[in-house]
Amino acid sequence: MAEYLFLFRGGADMREEALQDAPEKWQEHMQKWMQWMGGLSAQGKLVGAQPLKDTGKQVAGTGKVVTDGPFMEGKEMVGGYLICKAGSLDEAVEISKGCPVLEHDGMVEVREIKELKM
Amino acid sequence: MNRDAQFDINKLGDQLFRREAGKMVAVLTKIFGTENLQLSEDVVQDTFANALHTWSLKGIPDNPSAWLMRAARNKAVDTLRRNKFSTLIDFSDPERTLLQSEYTLSIMMDRIWNEDEIRDDLLRMMYACCHTGISEENQITLILKTLCGFSTAEIAKAFVTSEDAVSKRLYRTKEFFREHRVKPEFPPPALLKDRTAAVLRTIYLLFNEGYNSTHTDELIRKDLLEQAMYLCGLLCGSQHTRLPEVFAAMALMCFHAARINSRIDDTGGIVLLAQQDRSLWDRHLIGKGNEFLNKAAFGEEISSYHVEAAIAYEHCMAPSFETTNWQNILRYYDLLVSIHPTSIVLLNRLTVIFKVYGAARTLNEISQSSCIREWNRNYLFHALMGDIFANTDPAAAKTSYETALQLTQSAAEKDLLRKKLSGLAC
Repeated sequence: MAEYLFLFRGGADMREEALQDAPEKWQEHMQKWMQWMGGLSAQGKLVGAQPLKDTGKQVAGTGKVVTDGPFMEGKEMVGGYLICKAGSLDEAVEISKGCPVLEHDGMVEVREIKELKM
Repeated sequence: MNRDAQFDINKLGDQLFRREAGKMVAVLTKIFGTENLQLSEDVVQDTFANALHTWSLKGIPDNPSAWLMRAARNKAVDTLRRNKFSTLIDFSDPERTLLQSEYTLSIMMDRIWNEDEIRDDLLRMMYACCHTGISEENQITLILKTLCGFSTAEIAKAFVTSEDAVSKRLYRTKEFFREHRVKPEFPPPALLKDRTAAVLRTIYLLFNEGYNSTHTDELIRKDLLEQAMYLCGLLCGSQHTRLPEVFAAMALMCFHAARINSRIDDTGGIVLLAQQDRSLWDRHLIGKGNEFLNKAAFGEEISSYHVEAAIAYEHCMAPSFETTNWQNILRYYDLLVSIHPTSIVLLNRLTVIFKVYGAARTLNEISQSSCIREWNRNYLFHALMGDIFANTDPAAAKTSYETALQLTQSAAEKDLLRKKLSGLAC
């Protein structure tokens, strides 16, 4: 059993800000998150998950240059993450298919968390 | 804001605290765990302090209970967010993992604060409080504090002890919760009967604390009776806990509570059954008791509550002391002895034997009993001996009453015994 990081990109039309005037739609969308994550949690596979704000800073290089960002296109923007346990990358991919962001033109990047050699 | 309005708000706050604090603690415990009981209580305290402040500025909301629940929910959200990555709250519990994530926090909280669930939460918490590893004294203390909204001072007053002693009891019980990670949940079906018996025992102890006149403060006494009946009422109302003995205990408490007004006179003295003004008995409550007793008539076993309720029912139905059906009552006592042969039950049966058959047979039963050693330590036994000898051997009666006097702490009981002593022809 390894841990996998899911990075959610896109699906900006379903962000909280975008649905401010449609609270029922927002509720409905969040119920889908609940259902997906609740299922994972019940199987003891959920480690943690959080949404992210759109704004932030980038710190780069030895000069530690700070810039505003990330100014990517909505589709590229990381909107949140989830860490779960799965038996294989294939299983993790199967799990990721339940993510509600996929219903809104978003995508999930599935990455196994690596154990570094000691 | 004028002083009257402020007074009204404080009074409303006190009433709401009694009614709502227990529910709030029960729900919050589901969120934070019993190991963080103190945290739950702090959130409730904060919520009420905030409410009183806000209401004094903006006025009382239309539905204060709902306002409080909402405020407690929001405070719980703040607490969860603050402790998201701390080890204070055990998020490894699958239910709680979802409280750790912003994706699911809000919906989880809506589910947890669902009005329909809250009554059962209170009951689950009651089973946790009546954990077999906690002494009965500590169980009652915790129930009064966490589920009935009593202050430490009020509990100290109710048990005639110091606030310090109450705080220590509470501290020890909370330590027990922390160490054993007690979960507030209904026992599995196989254990339901036994665990419910423990809960009922605690409720009935609470009731008796109010019913027996160990202290004369009428408000506290009535408060304890009400709380005991409230908790038992919750057991009656939940599909998880509707056992026949639950209804029987409720019936018993109704029959006893119906007669409370006639038991104590204006000066706090005890009025014996024979002298009680039966017109003071609460007919409505007796009717309710009757309903509960009817509802208790299912299942295969008869509990001691059934029989005790039947005895209390006989008393409630008798138009006068003289017309009481003592034969029936004696039959019930014989049944009670077969279920629950404690020295107290046997002693109570003895008083009925005396009533039905007189002194000779009673003394004969006493001489054959194996309970004599336990009885000798109980003032009621010596009071009965006094009654037995009162007409035939006043000197012996005097000795018995005097022994009884030394064995009871209750001022009201002492007064009654002194009255009996002064009525002896010696």
